[in-house]
Order: sequence, then structure tokens, then C-alpha cells
Amino acid sequence: MITAGIDCGAKNTKAILMKDGEIVGKGMLLTGFDQEKAVEESLGQALKDAGIYKDDVQKIYGTGSGQKAAKIADDSVNEIKAMSKGANFFFPNARTVIDVGAEEGRAAKIDEKGNPIDFAINEKCAAGAGAFIEAMARALEVTIEEMGPLCLESDKKIPMNAQCVVFAESEVVGLIHAKTDKPDISKAIHDSMASRIVSIIRRIDVNEDIVMIGGVGYNPGFMTALQQELKVEKVYIPDEPEYGVAVGAAVVAAEEA
Amino acid sequence: MAEEQKQEFWRWTESNWKNPDINWNSAKFITVGIDVGSVSSQAVIMADGQIFAYANMRTGSDSPDSARNALKFALEATNMPEDRMDYCVGTGYGRVNVPFADRSITEIACHARGANFIYGNEVRTVLDVGGQDIKAIQCDEKGKVTNFLMNDKCAAGTGRGMEVFSDLLGVPINDVGDRSFEFKGEEPGAVSSTCVVYAKSEAAGLLRKGWSKEEVLAAYCKAMAERIYSLIERVGVKPEFAVTGGMAKNRGVMDRLMPMVGLERMRTEWDTQIAGAAGAALFGYAMCQKGKGRKK
Repeated sequence: MITAGIDCGAKNTKAILMKDGEIVGKGMLLTGFDQEKAVEESLGQALKDAGIYKDDVQKIYGTGSGQKAAKIADDSVNEIKAMSKGANFFFPNARTVIDVGAEEGRAAKIDEKGNPIDFAINEKCAAGAGAFIEAMARALEVTIEEMGPLCLESDKKIPMNAQCVVFAESEVVGLIHAKTDKPDISKAIHDSMASRIVSIIRRIDVNEDIVMIGGVGYNPGFMTALQQELKVEKVYIPDEPEYGVAVGAAVVAAEEA
Repeated sequence: MAEEQKQEFWRWTESNWKNPDINWNSAKFITVGIDVGSVSSQAVIMADGQIFAYANMRTGSDSPDSARNALKFALEATNMPEDRMDYCVGTGYGRVNVPFADRSITEIACHARGANFIYGNEVRTVLDVGGQDIKAIQCDEKGKVTNFLMNDKCAAGTGRGMEVFSDLLGVPINDVGDRSFEFKGEEPGAVSSTCVVYAKSEAAGLLRKGWSKEEVLAAYCKAMAERIYSLIERVGVKPEFAVTGGMAKNRGVMDRLMPMVGLERMRTEWDTQIAGAAGAALFGYAMCQKGKGRKK
């Protein structure tokens, strides 16, 4: 049985192909202005990656903020269920899953089958999503990829008062004027981000084992800050966390077939 | 487009003013109020509780410098030496960084007192929308605070939020109000995102869909008005209602907010941005009258 899960996100569209419970292909590109096109192209990439044809796919499920644009999908699944099933696929021991993407931060409490029992979302505030890191990288004049490693060079804790992307940008500019070292500023940024994400998680209680998915998971500075703030020894994360929700959608497609 | 990018659309007019009818030499008490906000700073110089001079300028990166510069700018039009002042009160976001202040007083108290002064003692509800915060204050006939709520964590509805949009659309901030009404047909609904960052993405999408700058401005001003109103609603509105801070000058937001409030707002000849500093200067005057002024 071959299924596809397509996660049309605010920034990137991700497609996953699964065959009999194994990931066989993946594709990703910028969502851009044409969601429908991004959905089709990401699937195309995944099909090419897997070496199979669209007709071989029994069921395509769409998810993500742009799921309505997934006209080629047979059905859709909400992101909470998709992220839960995705986390469970990679780590059956998962009981809390966190998904921090470009514009949303979510946490779900899940059971041993990957069913969501409770959840909390931030979809209204850019400071609780990847948009925060992106904006701060611009203010620091470094790339997003450099932000994490930069933060790990710091050993000093400086406070960051702003809870808002717009205000934080001004605060960072102020810190730069005051000749604060960039690694220390980066650390303050990641600590403040982690603190906001953890307050989302606390709304549903922190139950180990904790799994992180979503693009922000690539950021080692954030992951370190998150582990420290959660006071846990380990946060599990799949190799390519950005595909987590697409994987979950493909899993649900297979389950509901 | 390239030309517009060189312009600083967010830059509003800095100003100073001197009262032609007051001679500082014949004043008993000269008191100064300095309001250092995160975006703008004001200095108000009072002679026996009447405004003698004031200045309104952008806050620099250094609070002590901002305070000194604001006072200097206010003194510019006068021939009064700085050390003539009998008392100085600091307030605002950077109030602890007014090095020459005799004391500092909370911005909430100063805004209520200042609104009472510039609008008159009938004011009972003050809405202050500054660079980085929104305050809804209830006060009595003496300008004393009886209740308040403040948002200083989120840019939505604040001056900074407006600056981001003015930059995005390439519309000078002084023109935003009028431009937001320059469209044909029905007024568009508010942008759905409250968050300035997400509203910016939403606006970019609307522009791509063919919306005019004016229509996008209208939709954003509407959203800002709704945001501000949600704070006012929680404190409650008692007449008379007055607005202080820079946003009071933006009819794009004000004209969309007032129907939600359901009242007319009070009018003043004074610059609405000086309310905090005026209140601070008045507190200083009260201190002098109690004999706490600086010894000569």
C-alpha cells in the first residue's frame, strides 16, 4: 500500500511517500504564492525520489495551513492529528510532541498509538514560531543556519525583555549598539524562544518522552535551550524533523484506507 | 520602487514650541517633566503649572542622552538656562535613565495627570497609544488613576506596528490617515491577523492580488482599531473620553476606533504626545508647592 502525505506549510511544502509503513520518497520546496502548484511539485519531487508513478499511490492526504489548496489530495487531516501520528511513527515512546514551524507553534499530548489526547496551539503570534528566529537573524545580519551554532559559542546569560518580534528587533539593535557579543545575543534570542515554546507545552503538561518536529528542530541552539528549559535529559528528534507532519499525514492515509 | 526605499517613511515630524505669552523670569516655580519612551521622548517645561515650552523627538539608543536632548531641544527656543529649573520629574519607559531628575513617577500616573491638564478635568477615560504600548486609564476629576490596563508586550495596535506598515507600503506615516480613506467603494474588512508580522505577510498577499495601497491601509487601520478597542473594552469607558500619544494624530485608526467606542473624543490644541511629560511637570510643580523644590 502506497500513500502520500503533503504538508502545505506557511513557508515550505513537504511531501512524503510511504510504502507498507516505510518512507520511500520525499520532496520539499518553498510554498510561495501558489499553494496548489507547490503541492503538486512537492509530490512530483517525492515520486521521482521514490521512482514510482502517481497512479501507484492509493491515497493522498493533505495537511497544513494550505491543505485546502491540495486539490490533488483525496482527503485531508488536521495538523494536530498528523503531527501526533508522525511523532509516533518515529518514536513510539513519544507522549508529547512539539511542532514549531515557520508561523505556528503547537504541542500535543499523545497516546501510545499516536492519537492526540490534548493540544495547545500558537498561531497568532510570530514570536512563538520560526518567524521569530528568522527576524532575529536579519537583525543580527547572519543566516538562519548560522543562528544556532552562533548561540552555542556563548556562555553568558543576558536578559531579553521583548516578547514580540517587532520589539525584539529594536532590542537586538540596541544590544548591538551597546557592543554586546553576537553569540550572547543569539543565546538570549534562543532562550527567549524556548521559554515561549515551553509555556505552550505546559498548557498540556509535560509528559516524557518528548519529540520535536518542524523546521525549527534543525536549530541546535534552540534544541539546547529547549532541553534546558524543559529540564529533561533528552528531546527526541527525527533526522529530518521538517517532514514530521507530512509523514503523519501519510500514516493516517494508510490507516484510513 | 527603488527611489522609495531610500526614504524613511516611518519618520514623523519632530518639534519644539515656546509659549509667547510666558516670561520665565517672572515665574515662581519652573518645573520640568521628561517622558522617555521607547520610540519618542518629550520634555515639557512649566512655569507655575502652565506650559512654557516643550519638545517632542525620536528616542535615541541611549536613554540618558535622550532625556538631555529632549530638554535641550525644548530650551532651544527659550533663553532660559537649564539650571533655572526647581524640580524635574522623569517618566516613561526609560524613566530611570533621566540622570538629572529629582524623582521618577510611573507613566500611568503621569499620563492621567497630563490628560487632565491638556483636555480638562472632565476627562475620565484616557487612551494612550504610544510607540510600543497601549494604555487604557480611568481617572478622577483631579487626574488621579482609578483603574488601568496596559499592553506593552505586543506591537499590534502600537506606533511601531504602524511604522512597519508605513514602511511596507511606502506611505509616509504622516499621510497614513488620509491615504487610508482614499479608495473607492466599500471599506474593506480588517486584515485577519492581529500580529504585525503576520499582517505584513497578509498585506503583501493582498497587494499581489491587486489591492491598492490605500485599501490595504484601510484594512490594517481597521485591524489596529479593533485591537485597541479590545483593551479599552476591558477597562470600560466613562465619558469624557480622550486620546493621548502619537496615535491620536492618526485619523486612519482614530476615525475607525471612535464608532466602536460610541463616544466623541475630547479635543485639544496641545500636541497629544506631550501628555506624559506634562503630567510629570505638574507633579514637579506640586512638589515645589510643598516646599520640596531645589534650594537656590
